[in-house]
Amino acid sequence: MPLYNEAQVVREVVEHARQTFPNIVCVDDGSTDGSAEQARLGGATVVVHPINLGQGAALQTGITYALQDPNAEFFVTFDSDGQHRVEDALAMVNRLDTEPLDVVIGSRFLDGRTKPGLLKKVVLKAAVIFGNLTSGMKLTDAHNGLRAFNRTGAGAIRIRQNRMAHASEIIAEIANAKLRYAEEPVFVVYTDYSRSKGQSLWNSVNILSDLWLK
Amino acid sequence: MDNQFFIKAVLIAVFLIIGLFLVIPTRGARQLAVRRLTTLLLVLVAIFAVAFPDLINSLANLIGVGRGTDLLLYGLIVVFIGSSVTASRRYRQQEAQITDLARAVAIAQANHPAEKSDETP
Ligand SMILES: Nc1nc2c(ncn2[C@@H]2O[C@H](COP(=O)(O)OP(=O)(O)OP(=O)(O)O)[C@@H](O)[C@H]2O)c(=O)[nH]1
Ligand SMILES: [Mg+2]
Repeated sequence: MPLYNEAQVVREVVEHARQTFPNIVCVDDGSTDGSAEQARLGGATVVVHPINLGQGAALQTGITYALQDPNAEFFVTFDSDGQHRVEDALAMVNRLDTEPLDVVIGSRFLDGRTKPGLLKKVVLKAAVIFGNLTSGMKLTDAHNGLRAFNRTGAGAIRIRQNRMAHASEIIAEIANAKLRYAEEPVFVVYTDYSRSKGQSLWNSVNILSDLWLK
Repeated sequence: MDNQFFIKAVLIAVFLIIGLFLVIPTRGARQLAVRRLTTLLLVLVAIFAVAFPDLINSLANLIGVGRGTDLLLYGLIVVFIGSSVTASRRYRQQEAQITDLARAVAIAQANHPAEKSDETP
């Protein structure tokens, strides 16, 4: 779980997730509101970046950390702001367990439940088209933080995009490593809390320049 | 064809090369060497321009630029953009190094995941 200034909600999110998944790793990124402490109280292992590096960097740190445990079979990236549902994550892990897949990617556009707002939807869709064109994959949602990997999948991915461009990068890595992937319909909850904290659409400009500049 | 064709072509070519440089990865050694050679060249050109202002003027006329000062201004713009680009590239490389370092520190400070179960009762 990437964690940045979510002290209000993270404890509850971790406690709830722990009922299903016993091992939760939060990667705190220099939060200034005591998020790390709240996550620990919820029962998570907290890995703390000494400085803010961004969500992509946090995901890579969490995966690298979790891969150290030789008994860990499946790895799920899950937002700490309460937008993802544990039952969706469980369904994705079950698919990894029963189907020949390395990665299951959550998609909020496979059915009509998720309501991100019109402008956000347009930008997200544009990102999907861009991602499919550059990676040759057929996805319906490019920027969903809910993903599940087996060991092969988690080990094959190297996130170098520290900030929000990591979502496109992960898709490119899945395509490059020829991982076996599938999409799973998920419901992303847009509450007033998450809307007030979520990503500004200006970030789409930053994502594009991060992807192109070396 | 207007008489400024030559200078226009040169400037646009230079900007295109700078733009290309922005998106193509290069190796460290060459980049550093190019940066140092450019600095050296700049110093030489500056000395030359101070010592022989008339020559700068005639060079400017030769390639279709009105005055020597204009030519110097163009040169300055090229150098400025070029140095901004190299600076931002160096910043990105440094950021990648800092990320690796910070990740190593973060993981070293956390308990090893396989041992975690020993200390929580
Ligand atoms: N470690 C770390 N986590 C971050 C950072 N920025 C955001 N996060 C976490 O990443 C998750 C998703 O962040 P959001 O800002 O909601 O991004 P999003 O869900 O893609 O965008 P929305 O659809 O607008 O909600 C949350 O759990 C945040 O706490 C950061 O700089 N560092
Ligand atoms: Mg969110």
